[in-house]
Amino acid sequence: MSLTEGVVRILEEQAASHGFTKVKTVWLEIGELSTVVPESMEFCFGAVARGNPLTAETRLEIIRIPGTAWCMDCSKTVAVTSRIDLCPDCGGAKLAVTGGEEMRIKELEVE
Amino acid sequence: MCTVCGCGDAKLDGHQHSHDHGHSHDHDHDHGHGHIHYGQGIAGVHVPGLSQARIVQIEQDILGHNNDFAGRNRAWLEAHGVFALNLVSSPGSGKTTLLCRTAQALKDKFPLAVIEGDQQTSFDADRIRATGIPALQVNTGKGCHLDAHMVESAIAKLAIAEDSVLFIENVGNLVCPAAFDLGEAYKVAILSVTEGEDKPLKYPDMFHAASMMILNKTDLLPHTDFDVERCIAFARRVNPDIVVLQLSARTGEGFDEWLAWIAEGRRRMAAHRKAQSGR
Repeated sequence: MSLTEGVVRILEEQAASHGFTKVKTVWLEIGELSTVVPESMEFCFGAVARGNPLTAETRLEIIRIPGTAWCMDCSKTVAVTSRIDLCPDCGGAKLAVTGGEEMRIKELEVE
Repeated sequence: MCTVCGCGDAKLDGHQHSHDHGHSHDHDHDHGHGHIHYGQGIAGVHVPGLSQARIVQIEQDILGHNNDFAGRNRAWLEAHGVFALNLVSSPGSGKTTLLCRTAQALKDKFPLAVIEGDQQTSFDADRIRATGIPALQVNTGKGCHLDAHMVESAIAKLAIAEDSVLFIENVGNLVCPAAFDLGEAYKVAILSVTEGEDKPLKYPDMFHAASMMILNKTDLLPHTDFDVERCIAFARRVNPDIVVLQLSARTGEGFDEWLAWIAEGRRRMAAHRKAQSGR
């Protein structure tokens, strides 16, 4: 909930500085390894955005960023879906997450 | 952040506070990521001439607002030589008992201060104050974590001495506090041996974010099936660098290492401050 409030706050700041009054669409980049559950984000956004003229009709588009990690034993980048995954190739646990932790507002369609 | 509960009506030690200020945080300059491009990105959906709709590319971190406050807190703490620890755990792991014992052991060696985060009541701050240490209670209301703005307000209210140690006891919750940087030097996750040894895997974000894991209530180990080695292996799987301490806040077993670690952290922070101010 506080994350979605953060999204609306950023939209308000952008509206003030760039002179728009309505956000039609907002694209969020949410990594698979971030702490955000997209369905909850959508639910909360509906609740937070409804009462605000700026965001009342905003459509939320979530772009999932896949998780990646560097396997120290294989010396290569591998795909992971959670922090507790093992390397899909060697089965080792020496993984350093390199991608999929994003929680960003990428862009807006405004008028 | 609990994405299903409603956060956001925090109050500071009994006083309602809102996130509105008398001043605004707007800038007339851009912060790199605040730049604006029209008509780029996923603008395939945008039909020119159909409406005044336009695409604004902003590339802003959703937690950016919190991170700005956290950065300011960190700078303030560093400038004053304050070694700050963010204590996170599930409810009932013994954070407050650990803090009370720590306060008793260290209060004559160097200055200490405590920020207590709970949804309601000032019970924890009262317990800390009883040891003679300044403590401020932050009630998060419906919120499930402390954020950097609450900590900034708390720091402003607490008279924190130079070269001291600040303990921030977060709301008992192994999920949301992982994502919110408060400006601390380290997050310390506390896990008691009466909980499951698989918690590092169940709540990997927290054990990934923490620099240290304390296994508390070790005096109860003979009465539980808790497998210490397995627990440590699980923690290392999500965070290969995590430092592990085992202690009992009730009996004091294993406490020397914890106290020595705090003293060393404080010494380094104070030395850093002196080096900076001597320039």
